[in-house]
Amino acid sequence: MKITIGAINDKPGSSKNYKTGSWRTLKPVINLEKCKKCWLCKQLCPEGCITKKEEGPQINYDYCKGCGICAHECTFDAIIMELEER
Amino acid sequence: MTEEKELFACGHRACAGCSEPIAVRMILEEAGPNTIGTICTGCLEVVSTGWPETAWEIPLIHAAFENSASVASGVEVALRQLGRDDTHVIAFAGDGGTFDIGLQALSGMLERGHKILYVCLDNEAYMNTGIQRCSSTPLGTSTTTSPAGTYSIGEDRQKKPIGAICAAHCIPYTATATIAYPQDLKKKVRKALAVNGPSFLHVLVPCPTGWRFSSEETVELARLAVETGIFVLWELEGGNLQNIKVTKKPKTWRPVEDYLKQQGRYKHLFKPKKRQDVIEKIQQDVDQKLIELGITKET
Ligand SMILES: Cc1ncc(C[n+]2csc(CCOP(=O)(O)OP(=O)(O)O)c2C)c(N)n1
Ligand code: SF4
Ligand code: SF4
Ligand SMILES: [Mg+2]
Repeated sequence: MKITIGAINDKPGSSKNYKTGSWRTLKPVINLEKCKKCWLCKQLCPEGCITKKEEGPQINYDYCKGCGICAHECTFDAIIMELEER
Repeated sequence: MTEEKELFACGHRACAGCSEPIAVRMILEEAGPNTIGTICTGCLEVVSTGWPETAWEIPLIHAAFENSASVASGVEVALRQLGRDDTHVIAFAGDGGTFDIGLQALSGMLERGHKILYVCLDNEAYMNTGIQRCSSTPLGTSTTTSPAGTYSIGEDRQKKPIGAICAAHCIPYTATATIAYPQDLKKKVRKALAVNGPSFLHVLVPCPTGWRFSSEETVELARLAVETGIFVLWELEGGNLQNIKVTKKPKTWRPVEDYLKQQGRYKHLFKPKKRQDVIEKIQQDVDQKLIELGITKET
């Protein structure tokens, strides 16, 4: 592996190469009918893998580790954790 | 719908449910891309900068364990020389890197008056190396170097009052914050970045691995820390502790037991025999601290 001068990493955000979604044993599923678009889940997700979409929050399962914070904190019970099946 | 770019990217290796990335995302959301960071060794650095990758979307310099504040000082002076007064400098460090080994560098940074926001991410132990006690570890906590047992209640020293120590340098802004109160945290970041001099932000970051709780409870524990008075949210302009402003007062203060019993690091206070004496001591210390802050609890 080539080491740059001063070990400067010139690829910001390159951690995205690594898909942490494989860590997950439980999977959050959003019920958009219950969601009030308060975006609290987006704010509190440690992975930053929830994005704002017109219809509501969208989870990127490539990175979601299944921690369950989004489901636990949702005021409207719009997110449930299901057993991950692969 | 347009969305602001995340400045801390997916793919980092923090444990599931870790609150350090939650705090960093909130801080960077407020600071924006025109920011240079420094970071010292600790979980945040290890999980986000494994060569050849990085989760950071801002320029970041990795310093040694003790000198996030010193490296930030150099960056700040260079930026001012270049006339780049609009670029924020944020020094990140864990509690080990702040309360213990980095205290001297931090004190120098505060005393010299650099315009830097120093963020201490406090998970109350040296987590990255395996949950060793620190001067930030609260009384009664079991860690791998303050293990609870027949003759030990766990950590037998009080948590060091780091906020008061920093404020005693008469810096323009000192505050505490935690991830369960995003608006409070972000407002404090905004204020800290606006002052013309050093600011210190002490952020409580519950750690599921070291505190031994289930990953979904991270934010709940941060909230419980505030609702029990274990961790008081406050801010202070200048060095006079009499002027501390408490920014969050729960409607009803919960007993510390509600916070302790949810964490494996306090399991020994409940089993095999309930250690009412230790729990009462922790409660008394909290009550005393609230009195000193001028807070009266409703009954
Ligand atoms: C001078 C020096 N001593 C010890 C270490 C080993 N070390 C690396 S990270 C760490 C613990 C970091 O604890 P803290 O600052 O609380 O951050 P956390 O991992 O808990 O987020 C230690 C002891 C080091 N890197 N450098
Ligand atoms: S389970 Fe955790 S990682 Fe996955 S989307 Fe929810 S908060 Fe994010
Ligand atoms: S040990 Fe704790 S602080 Fe470190 S990455 Fe895991 S949860 Fe976060
Ligand atoms: Mg720590």
